[in-house]
Amino acid sequence: MPDDMRPVWIIARREVRDQFRDWRIIFPIIGLTLLFPFLMNFTAQQILDFARGYGADIVGERLVPFLMMIVGFFPLSASLVIALDTFVGEKERGSIEPLLNTPLQDWQLYTGKLLAAIVPSLTGSFLGMAVYLGGLGMQRVPLPELELTLLILVLTMVQAVVMVSGAVVVSSQATSVRAANLLSSFIIIPVALLIQGESVLMFWGTYATLWWAVFGLLVLAVLLVRVGLAHFRREELLGREIDVLNLRWGWRTFRQQFTGGAANLRDWYFKSVPVAVTRMKPAVILTSLFALVSIGIGAAQFQYFQVDIPTTDLGGSLGQVVQLLPTLSARPMLLIWLQNLRVQVIGLILGVFSFGILGFVPILAGMGISGYLIALLANNGIPALTAITAFLLPHSIFEIPGLILATAAVFQFGILIATSNTEKTIGEVAITALADWAKIMVGLVMPLLLIGAAIEAWVTPQIALLLLS
Amino acid sequence: MILAEGLTKKFDDFLAVDGIHLDVPTGQVLTLLGPNGAGKTTTVRMLTSVLRPTSGTARVAGFDVATEPERVRASVGVLTENHGLYRRMNAIEYLEFFGSLYGMSAGDRRKRSELLLEQFGLADASYRRLGEYSKGMRQKLALVRAMIHNPPVLLLDEPTSAMDPESSRMVRDAILSLRGNDRTIVVCTHNLAEAEVLADQIAIIRRGRIISYGGLAEIKRRFLGDPQFEIRFAAPLVGAPDPGEAVRVAALGPDWFRYSTTDPNRQNPVVLRRMMEQGLAVVSLQETGQSLESAYLEAVNQVPDGVNHA
Repeated sequence: MPDDMRPVWIIARREVRDQFRDWRIIFPIIGLTLLFPFLMNFTAQQILDFARGYGADIVGERLVPFLMMIVGFFPLSASLVIALDTFVGEKERGSIEPLLNTPLQDWQLYTGKLLAAIVPSLTGSFLGMAVYLGGLGMQRVPLPELELTLLILVLTMVQAVVMVSGAVVVSSQATSVRAANLLSSFIIIPVALLIQGESVLMFWGTYATLWWAVFGLLVLAVLLVRVGLAHFRREELLGREIDVLNLRWGWRTFRQQFTGGAANLRDWYFKSVPVAVTRMKPAVILTSLFALVSIGIGAAQFQYFQVDIPTTDLGGSLGQVVQLLPTLSARPMLLIWLQNLRVQVIGLILGVFSFGILGFVPILAGMGISGYLIALLANNGIPALTAITAFLLPHSIFEIPGLILATAAVFQFGILIATSNTEKTIGEVAITALADWAKIMVGLVMPLLLIGAAIEAWVTPQIALLLLS
Repeated sequence: MILAEGLTKKFDDFLAVDGIHLDVPTGQVLTLLGPNGAGKTTTVRMLTSVLRPTSGTARVAGFDVATEPERVRASVGVLTENHGLYRRMNAIEYLEFFGSLYGMSAGDRRKRSELLLEQFGLADASYRRLGEYSKGMRQKLALVRAMIHNPPVLLLDEPTSAMDPESSRMVRDAILSLRGNDRTIVVCTHNLAEAEVLADQIAIIRRGRIISYGGLAEIKRRFLGDPQFEIRFAAPLVGAPDPGEAVRVAALGPDWFRYSTTDPNRQNPVVLRRMMEQGLAVVSLQETGQSLESAYLEAVNQVPDGVNHA
């Protein structure tokens, strides 16, 4: 074993040994590992017989792997409890400080505790699935295919890593076990939704999609471990003692970052906002590339979803659109603007829970659909250039940069959260990253989208009418 | 062995430690005294590289606390204020766990654990679950843990706070014998009698600042004036005795008198000789009325209450 890993192993071994001396952990794991699978065997057999009675064999067949997934998932619930206790529990019991005084490096301590939370539950999980499969074998119920079994095993493993690494992040940042338990809903709710989604896919039989879920969870697990390591600080573990929502401090931190020390609006626009944009230059470049690629992917979808659209009376249809959108009428313009803003806020919410990654969804979807529509129009006799000029170009000159900036700002938020920062707490990093996002939104994205919405409501239909009637 | 210059720690707006200077040579015991919240624990945590100083520098056992934290921690044994032990482990397992984190071999860990448990009277409880230990036993075991890797520097926060008199004596003796073995020891304590016994140097901390730093005699002199001595005689005095011009008579009783001197090492033998020359039968000569407690209270009362703001 490499010397660097030895302390990791020492920490993990002690913790695992300690867990196996605690009946409050042992009994549920034994129950979920050895007894629950038999209950699931019984359930599987009953439902198979019931479904066969109605000729719905497929329901029974899909149920067998689904129950395997559930049997594997239940012991993981113990890992959440263990992981939530890792740091903050030791802090409350006063045993963390002697550990922090040893020559352990932060990553060694963190990884040791992470392993200690994952390994016993995962072992229980695999054992439970083995018991379940063994029970099925004994009842002569057809076992799931090898690839599907492997898929469920890998899925369970990445789920365990995601849950535990998320809980360890919570535990290392929370001020008390109570706070950690309250914050665990940020793990439990998404995982519950995930399990529901996976169940649907499992019954639907779209196992290839589940491999994508594995990939997504793997990325999330890596990011969560990275975030945990990046923001793990001994000092913070000992420093914070009480759970107080310090709104004044939060607002002051936000305000400082948002204004960037600017004395007036002009200063803010010409100094603070450009600094924020410069900081997220790589994110802007990456977002632009993704946007271009998604246009291509969208256009390529035309071959799978071919639709014939009547182009004979295009002028008439466009004329109706123009009548619906009278020039300088505020309502359609505001509706478009608010819709675009709403999408950006959804992008932020998705991004916050996925380190910026799902923040790409709105722009990828928008650009993909645009690509598809251009291909559709081009294949229905309207040249691509004309289609772009008529339907997209006038307002997209403003809208697309706005969307790119908004997406990049969400991605930048994720990057900042996942980046080590020895000067700030994770809360401070989150607040300042949010302030940067708000700065980009208020300073650039909202005005750009407003101009874009005005052009989209008042100018684009006129140009389309002019070019295509 | 411990050298700190301008060590400062700020928590947001709160200035916990404000520009502390320390210089503790090998083989000396420094006692940190101060009221609760004075900054003693924060200072110790900075010296163990657990807290990063906001400014200033410190070297412990030759290593920089900011740039060589692992080496500092490997060279230091720390008894923390909260010594929360792992309640489901026994003492041997516990010490072996910490010994292994300090990179000790299995043989060394076992040998040292047994030796220290024996020394601190815990050998009989070696295989008992730590959850069954009394408060004093836990405290002793935490001290043993701090010493398991035989560190050159020991930082002890309230080492005898939960102990009975016998155990306290045992721990004090252990600290004194470690000092004799060229260990450098920093003790944070509220027990001033203990500080008087242990300390080579005393630092009184108040509101994050060292308000007095020096040897025991120096601290007493600074806050209470010259040391006072009392001579008691076998028979009542007839007239005032003459101790000489180098000392100042502070009080006179029927069969005793008190005097103060700036240089007791030189003047006390002179005074005794003069008493005998005057035919006075001396029963005892002892220092009186200048406890560390008096000096400490005098020192801390000179600094007004309040909160430190950066």
